[in-house]
Amino acid sequence: MSEAVLDNEAQGTDGLVEDWSRDKQVFGVPWGKAMMWIFLLSDTFIFSCFLVGYMMVRISTTDPWPNPSEVFALEAFGYPVPLLLIAIMTFILITSSGTMALAVNMGYRKDRNKTFWLMVATAVLGASFVGMQAFEWSKLIAEGVRPWENPFGAAQFGSSFFMITGFHGMHVSAGVIYLLVIAFRVKNGYYEKRGGNYEIVEVTGLYWHFVDLVWVFIFAFFYLW
Amino acid sequence: MAEEGQQHPLKIYWIMWIALFVLSTFSYATDFMDDGALRTFLILLFMMVKAGGIVWIFMHMGWERPALKIAILGPPVAILVLIGLMALEGEYVEDSRLEHYGESTFEPKAVPHH
Repeated sequence: MSEAVLDNEAQGTDGLVEDWSRDKQVFGVPWGKAMMWIFLLSDTFIFSCFLVGYMMVRISTTDPWPNPSEVFALEAFGYPVPLLLIAIMTFILITSSGTMALAVNMGYRKDRNKTFWLMVATAVLGASFVGMQAFEWSKLIAEGVRPWENPFGAAQFGSSFFMITGFHGMHVSAGVIYLLVIAFRVKNGYYEKRGGNYEIVEVTGLYWHFVDLVWVFIFAFFYLW
Repeated sequence: MAEEGQQHPLKIYWIMWIALFVLSTFSYATDFMDDGALRTFLILLFMMVKAGGIVWIFMHMGWERPALKIAILGPPVAILVLIGLMALEGEYVEDSRLEHYGESTFEPKAVPHH
């Protein structure tokens, strides 16, 4: 990854104008980070389109919308606890975001061993999240929920559920693979041969935090609303 | 600062981490409230605070220069327009469905306990 070049001392609004107007590299960050941010911006629009589509079909359907609190309830200690698995999944994803943030920090300290293990821990938590999502899917499928029908109410509930959580789960799965690839490269000294720059850990972290960020919105709009 | 990458004391990550746990607990707690404006407000409030914390602290956006902040955080504001338009359109589609097809006759099954 190339070194970031930013020979601009101006801060605040002056800095903003300077950065954009001096016919040189605009962003004072490595290109990998700038490109990851731009990719995440485009991904923001994709997830927004899904969530806005969900809002639209939920508003426009005349069939009753099922109560997600009941649909996603799980029996625990003899009582149905609403959204139990979803709450656990939320806490797992937050925990993985924390381990990822620490991994980025350890990466900049060039502590390769800690970075590796923290990234592996993040990947393991991510994989367990996907596992729980698979359990959730199979439970709903067994109860008759399909992308085109739903015994508990509006068919659009099934469409939005499989589309949104499926696309998010795909992002988590891709993130687990991405994390493991980078983690093993950190461990085997791949980046030592390239100047010992561990900015890539932060770029990987950006993707992972974004996956957590999207879940914050899915949790609020799909499961709680 | 940007040249050396984003290095910050560990403490700020621990605080953010704990804050996310507490806020998520609050988010989950809204599920036990009665439906209403207050519940909707709290769902959105906890969502925005969590999202802001993740972007600002964990993704280091708070420490980036305004050039990057504006390029990344500015465009998503346009989504608010789409939300507004689709909400209007959704209401209209529902009204025309009710007018032409009448009330739904769908009989939902009770959700089984697991």
